[in-house]
Amino acid sequence: MEQSSLLLFLRRMFRRKLVLVAFVVLCAIMLMALLAPWIAPHEPTTIRVVRRLKPPSELNWLGTDEFGRDILSRIVYGARASLGIGLAVVLVSMTVGTLFGLMAGYFRSLDGIIMRVVDALMALPDILLAIFLVAVLGASAFNVVLALSIVYTPRVIRVVRASTLVIRELPFVEAARALGVSTRRILSVHILLNVASPVLVQATFIFAYAVLAEAGLSFLGAGVPPELPTWGTMIASGQQYADQAFWVVLFPGLAIVLAALSLQVVGDGLRDMLDPKLRKAL
Amino acid sequence: MNMDTPSLLSIQDLEVRFRTEDGEVTPVRGVTLSVSPGETVALVGESGSGKSVTSLATMGLLPRPAGRVSGGKILFRQRSGQTVDLATLPLPDLRRLRGAEIAMVFQEPMTSLNPVLTVGEQIAESVRLHMGLGHASALKRAAEMLDLVEIPNARRRVHEYPHQMSGGMRQRVMIALAMSCNPSLLIADEPTTALDVTIQAQILVLIQRLQREIGMGVLFITHNLGVVAEIADRVTVMYAGQVVETGSVGELFRTPRHPYTSALLNCLPARARRGEDGRRVVQSIPGSIGKVGNGCAFAPRCGQATDSCQAGSVLLETEMDRSVRCLRWREILA
Repeated sequence: MEQSSLLLFLRRMFRRKLVLVAFVVLCAIMLMALLAPWIAPHEPTTIRVVRRLKPPSELNWLGTDEFGRDILSRIVYGARASLGIGLAVVLVSMTVGTLFGLMAGYFRSLDGIIMRVVDALMALPDILLAIFLVAVLGASAFNVVLALSIVYTPRVIRVVRASTLVIRELPFVEAARALGVSTRRILSVHILLNVASPVLVQATFIFAYAVLAEAGLSFLGAGVPPELPTWGTMIASGQQYADQAFWVVLFPGLAIVLAALSLQVVGDGLRDMLDPKLRKAL
Repeated sequence: MNMDTPSLLSIQDLEVRFRTEDGEVTPVRGVTLSVSPGETVALVGESGSGKSVTSLATMGLLPRPAGRVSGGKILFRQRSGQTVDLATLPLPDLRRLRGAEIAMVFQEPMTSLNPVLTVGEQIAESVRLHMGLGHASALKRAAEMLDLVEIPNARRRVHEYPHQMSGGMRQRVMIALAMSCNPSLLIADEPTTALDVTIQAQILVLIQRLQREIGMGVLFITHNLGVVAEIADRVTVMYAGQVVETGSVGELFRTPRHPYTSALLNCLPARARRGEDGRRVVQSIPGSIGKVGNGCAFAPRCGQATDSCQAGSVLLETEMDRSVRCLRWREILA
């Protein structure tokens, strides 16, 4: 019973071939990040000055950077940091955003306060706010996660609040209250489960934004310290050699594009799948 | 109403106010009614007469912060024998009563169930909350309840979601949900309005059967007098937030005292067919709920109204177990 509904869900989700392809790509990238030590052909940090800025060859499939480090290995390891930071941002902003979104949507008295803060945060350009926060907090992986979470949490709050406003008025919420269910349980079970699908869709988009934003921050020097290989730091440190050795920036860039794009497409597929209005059109 | 009647529910002089943009309105003005164990009391009235607000006030479900009980008492005798005033009971205590001793069935079976939880989980939630059962035994109880409300294949259907069921089936689930903790009072707010006629009849029979089995009191809110005749022991008729007539179902249908009640009864098709003066409609639209004017609220629509009806407020006259709020009912009846 459970299994067949899951199967039906997957079949509908992957009716569009592009979504399936994106999902496979996404899984491959994730797997790559998880299994980095076994997949990477070289140590990502081994410096070999004699082989600096070498084009793609049999020894270094995607070439080497300005210190002679293997770019493929750095991309494989970089996936860990880039996706790790993205995932952490998703988890933090989902948790905090859902909590505040539920409260703003359910308790009219909190709505004004929470939404004004959200409006204020959303009025600032994402990357500018992130740069400011990292500059204040100091550059580290933890602070990048913190800064990006602050940037993306307001989006989640908005989505959750909007859904909560609709759901709290539905008769089943009153029916639950008539059965003696506490407000906390109404929020954490009855309403939360009903806002789950828009939040899930939002999560995939925020994942994509966060991967891009982390790369952007690192490129601008406001991201993680350069010794930690992320796709953003690779482009940042390689940019001055781009005219002689395009592979230094091209391949990390492709990795970013591939990851962000596949996340977006999977998110789109998920949204089409979960939105009953669009479901018919499919 | 006698203060020391052993009623299960005794609403005395209930007044409910709502704050709106155009100032305060009073949709319920001095409602008095009682329900004894094992008895079905029908609360009848047209849309906006305050019958649903009365039931919501009883459950403590008035929309906050706009609505509040501004006067009167809602006395409820608990299973422990203690009588509490639901209007002033603190929320945690009220929550313990809701679902356990007082249960409610709503009008909209299509939307009164959570779409993302299986019906079994929803019944089990209430059972776990009030009866302290574990997950497995609560689900077993849920299946028993579905069986009790005559849902076929209850054991399998426990795992179904509301969208997999028809409207009538969902209303049965709602009833199972309400009955799951053996409440002593059931408030049914137009439970059959959204269903088609054959299903309506089945649901009514079901509620009556369960009532006999558990011995609970039922407050049945409806605007359908056909349903009233079928299910109720006593009837309370509301108009514009006030009780205009109360009586046993037989007497009230035979000799309605209030002109509004007779007008309502004249709308019944069966009566019109039998009828001397044919089927009638109640003239014009109901008065605004908030307007607390002088005199009888029904006077503007009443064919029998005289100047004296508009003059001062009309009190509820009680005589034996009948009461009526009309200055001229003796004249009119004669």
